[in-house]
Amino acid sequence: MNMSAAVPITVSASAPPPPAAQGTPREKITVRNLDFFYGTSRALKSISVPLYANRATAFIGPSGCGKSTLLRILNRMYDLYPNQRAAGEVTLDGQDILSPSQDLNLLRARVGMVFQKPTPFPMTIYENIAFGVRLYEKLGKGELDARVESALRRSALWDEVKDKLHASGLSLSGGQQQRLCIARTVAVQPEVILLDEPCSALDPISTAKIEELIDELRDDYTIVIVTHNMQQAARVSDYTAFMYLGELIEFGETPAMFTTPRDKRTQDYITGRFG
Amino acid sequence: MSEVALQAMPMTETPATYRQKVLGRLRLSDRLFFWLTRAAALTVLGILGAVIVALMIGAWPALQEFGFGFLVTESWNPVTEKFGAIAPVYGTLITSLIAMLIAVPVGLLIAVFLTELCPLWLRKPIGIAIELLAGIPSIIYGIWGLFVFAPFLQQTVQPALIELFGPIPLLNTIFAGPPYGIGMLTAGLILAIMVLPFITSISRDVFEAVPPVLKEAAYGLGCTTWEVVRYVVLPYTRLGVIGGVMLGLGRALGETMAVTFVIGNAHRISGSILAPGTTISATIANEFTEAVGDLYTSALIALGLILFVITFIVLACARLMLMRIDRKAGNK
Repeated sequence: MNMSAAVPITVSASAPPPPAAQGTPREKITVRNLDFFYGTSRALKSISVPLYANRATAFIGPSGCGKSTLLRILNRMYDLYPNQRAAGEVTLDGQDILSPSQDLNLLRARVGMVFQKPTPFPMTIYENIAFGVRLYEKLGKGELDARVESALRRSALWDEVKDKLHASGLSLSGGQQQRLCIARTVAVQPEVILLDEPCSALDPISTAKIEELIDELRDDYTIVIVTHNMQQAARVSDYTAFMYLGELIEFGETPAMFTTPRDKRTQDYITGRFG
Repeated sequence: MSEVALQAMPMTETPATYRQKVLGRLRLSDRLFFWLTRAAALTVLGILGAVIVALMIGAWPALQEFGFGFLVTESWNPVTEKFGAIAPVYGTLITSLIAMLIAVPVGLLIAVFLTELCPLWLRKPIGIAIELLAGIPSIIYGIWGLFVFAPFLQQTVQPALIELFGPIPLLNTIFAGPPYGIGMLTAGLILAIMVLPFITSISRDVFEAVPPVLKEAAYGLGCTTWEVVRYVVLPYTRLGVIGGVMLGLGRALGETMAVTFVIGNAHRISGSILAPGTTISATIANEFTEAVGDLYTSALIALGLILFVITFIVLACARLMLMRIDRKAGNK
């Protein structure tokens, strides 16, 4: 990160007015006193953070600070692996999602995820999107086609793939694959979308397209994005959380975080003094 | 630095000629390596060709005598020297089919369990058990099949099958009695047990090679384990899985000892899979030592040639199938 030390990052003009002006938004997800363990090593230390509905929240911090770990708790992805354990409280619409009785498939349908590397399934472009939809809904051919098209349009991919919907998803370029993955996530109509460094493997043009997309998705979804790129966090998010060594150092509205951080470590990180 | 080094070089040898020398030496060893690898690869072709030629020469008298009829005649009579291959070919195909019908689903289920669902502490014991199963010599399967498995089938399983399918047309032909114990079904079941470890361990290895993030992406959409396996893991690994299945099928087609023990060695085609039959390899193993007369020997070698061709066709079909699946998946 090559930023002049003293100048704070300017927040883009397209960012919405500070949410405070519209009253405090609804808490979609609430994390309280969350600890996480890989075996015996403690990766998250007593994290508490609210994630607001129809807002984008960015998690920033140096590698290994626990950003991705936190994200993987929100859809219980860690459950796939033995020896990983979360303790504390995470609620989605007031409902505890860490409880053992939580239906994981349902949770993951409500909380979609996009990964760092594009992960198209080994099937056609059309099927990549229709696949997830069919899991939970019985749609007729026409409705399904419409759903696929609208998902592809939303992710700004339609014009590029409309003539080859039945080509393999793997035949697309990296940026297209990532937009396909976002379309796939959007198509199942989740409530929350988790993005784990979605642009780190992409070129600047694809990155710009995806950031634009995130900006639009905010109208309908709760967005949580992990990113290494601080300008990106400043551009796309309403709220920013800074994490360091498994702790949440600071959380606040994005403009305030980047202009007047309260904590010395936040200031050092966003001005590029470490990380 | 480099100027100093240049001055230190012996004046008789300019750097260029020195380098030439070294390169020449390297080129020679590279050449040698190239020819060694090529010779090793060509050996395979040579051996394959030699086997085909030997089989053809050996089979020639029988093929000349019986012509195409050899392939479609059922009679196998050493006394009158009338030979036909259809009964052992039929037995080979049917026993292998039974084996694959059982071993492929069971093997895939085991592999899925081991990679996706099995608790860690149970993974090792099951894995080792599978490998041990592959290590049991086929003669032991034969003995066990004849003395333990066949009587068990005869007394309990086969009477139940005959009774169960008796009233159903078609199925009552396939499962027509009497229960001999030994027969095509028994051979097929033994073969299933023998090829199971191949299919399981290869599928397990390829399932483990699926990138975790791909599986997470599918789970992230809300897929169940079944859906992840069916729509992501299997399509992603189809090449490897089909390879494992083909390896198993190859073993089932050619397996000799265990089958010879339990198939009953009867040169006839029966609609019932409970009836005794024979396979190509069982026939050859049983009769080669007592084959008197050139025509008899030649007929047995011709059987071997047919087995060779069947194996070849199976491999070709597998290739074709893979190509078709690829086209369907949109990979051009």
